[in-house]
Amino acid sequence: MSIGGAEVLPSGGGGLEFLDMGGDIAAQSPLQLFWRRFRQDRVALASGGFIIFLIVLAIAAPLVVKGLGLPSPYTENPNLTDSFGSPLGPTAAHPFGVDQLGEDVMSRVIYGTRVSLEVGILGTGIAAVIGVVLGLIAGFYRGWVDTLLSRFTDVVLSIPILVLGLGIGAACAVRGCLKGSIQPGLGEILFIIALANWTYMYRIVRGLVLSLREREFVDASRALGASDARIMFREILPNLVAPIIVYSSLLIPSNILLEAALSFLGVGVRPPTASWGQMIASATPIFNTAWWYMAFPGIALLLTVLAFNLLGDGLQDALNPRTTR
Amino acid sequence: MARYIIRRLLWGVGLLIIVSAATFVMFRVFPTADPAKLRAGRLQDHRVIAAIRHDLGLDKPILTQFWIYMKGIFLHFDLGYSYYSTAPVKTLILNRLSATVSLVLGGAVVWLGSGLAVGIISARKPRSRLDRFSMGGALVLVSAPEYWLGLLALFAFASDIGKVKIFPGSGSYVGLTSDPVKWFTSLILPWLVVAASNAAVYARLMRSSLIETMSEDYIRTARAKGLSERRVVLRHGARGAINPILTILGLDIGVLLGSAILVETVFDIPGIGRLNYDAITHSDFPIVQGTVLIAALFIVVANIVVDIAYAYLDPRVRYS
Repeated sequence: MSIGGAEVLPSGGGGLEFLDMGGDIAAQSPLQLFWRRFRQDRVALASGGFIIFLIVLAIAAPLVVKGLGLPSPYTENPNLTDSFGSPLGPTAAHPFGVDQLGEDVMSRVIYGTRVSLEVGILGTGIAAVIGVVLGLIAGFYRGWVDTLLSRFTDVVLSIPILVLGLGIGAACAVRGCLKGSIQPGLGEILFIIALANWTYMYRIVRGLVLSLREREFVDASRALGASDARIMFREILPNLVAPIIVYSSLLIPSNILLEAALSFLGVGVRPPTASWGQMIASATPIFNTAWWYMAFPGIALLLTVLAFNLLGDGLQDALNPRTTR
Repeated sequence: MARYIIRRLLWGVGLLIIVSAATFVMFRVFPTADPAKLRAGRLQDHRVIAAIRHDLGLDKPILTQFWIYMKGIFLHFDLGYSYYSTAPVKTLILNRLSATVSLVLGGAVVWLGSGLAVGIISARKPRSRLDRFSMGGALVLVSAPEYWLGLLALFAFASDIGKVKIFPGSGSYVGLTSDPVKWFTSLILPWLVVAASNAAVYARLMRSSLIETMSEDYIRTARAKGLSERRVVLRHGARGAINPILTILGLDIGVLLGSAILVETVFDIPGIGRLNYDAITHSDFPIVQGTVLIAALFIVVANIVVDIAYAYLDPRVRYS
């Protein structure tokens, strides 16, 4: 399209008034379109609300515990176990009961939110950033960089993530790894998640970039003298926002479950830090009598993961209206 | 076709070589802890440790160690010896293979059957109440940690501690050859638990795949021929919709054979996963290393089988 001169271009929105016949036909940004669809989805909205509640709970855990009049999650109270060492069940003072050490289960469940959300959100975030950047580079430059990175993902994906996590967990269990720079606990779990999970994001981003890089807007940008980095991050990347968001939101629940599983198997977060998986593990020997100790961390885990899954489904529908549900 | 298969096999072997090298790095280079001290156990005497270091070849340069290690794996399938019991890791893993295979294959039958059935029923009437209910239930099962479901199942149904004593509880597994009836009953709960989350995933997959297939032209043709709806859905629709699911099934079985750790731990089934779990509590590196390698082997083989099956069914794949 050839353009005669600057004066024929409408300045601002004013020149387009002749198009504005019905009155309120306004252009909608992708964000507005997304929001219009997303807010119809009551289940996803409720899940989003629940997740915001969890985030507030995690941040304000000490205040909440104090406000509810519960003891801190690290307060051991031998008076709360009977003479055989069995913990007491739910009472008014301890709504979720106590564990073998006399620690309050509700208080520990509330603090456990912190670990799950840190792992879920931070771990997924790190993995997503690595996957997106490497996927952009591989899809954009192709050639040997692409071959090398793609082969590397084959290697990572040929070890089940749980087995990889257990392997690294076992290797680092005694005095850490790499001269002690990776210590057992949260840092190690974030390392495992970052190491394994970037591959999924990488494959998706790479595939999309391979097709996007052939499009006209990339040629146009190059003709204007844009650098490779600018084309990748300012031109191509904005087109990938929707799949990145949807995919990240679906990785979060699986990472929360992974942390819980590793902690359950004893190579993740260690006591006294409260983690739901680790609580279920220490409830295992006594779960037939002290059902509350097994039940409440499990329910917390189930609800959290379910909320993220429902939110992910809702985001997918709202951002990609073509999907049939 | 032959060239395609050879290429896939070569890359499979290449992958296993790289994974073996990665496990070497993971267990010999990464850990700060000294394997010789772990092997020594309670005998933390420096002469004992020096002797062990010599036995394990840890006093050789790291590259020499690497060469010996790789040669052992690929020429003799030698995975080393347990630090804890000194038994060869290869034997330990092979002895545990049948329990894991029983668990995974039986579970796969359960999840495939139930997942496909629910998926087909849901896809017949999308957005109906039944569909919403089953898809909601599926999402709950996907979100539930399987070891927790296992504990709940034991709490409810185990014959020793359960509220309703129906099924054998934790630790009741016996081999198929020693007592087939006990083998079957002891695996009912583990099968259900392994199948739960997978059945949910398969139901969701089958539902969306079938909804898509049902809008194809050949379905309209089948209807136009006057076939019964049942026949259209099962013989024409489901058959077309099932292909991508069978691909995933192969890969899932491959993954699960190497990583059925959680369910084997909860139900105390003496499989590879349980072996791995026990080895971790003892920092028994050679066993953990062996289980990582065997898990990778399962995945690589499953991938090759699926790829070849796919290339056989769909000629377009071979030439890409």
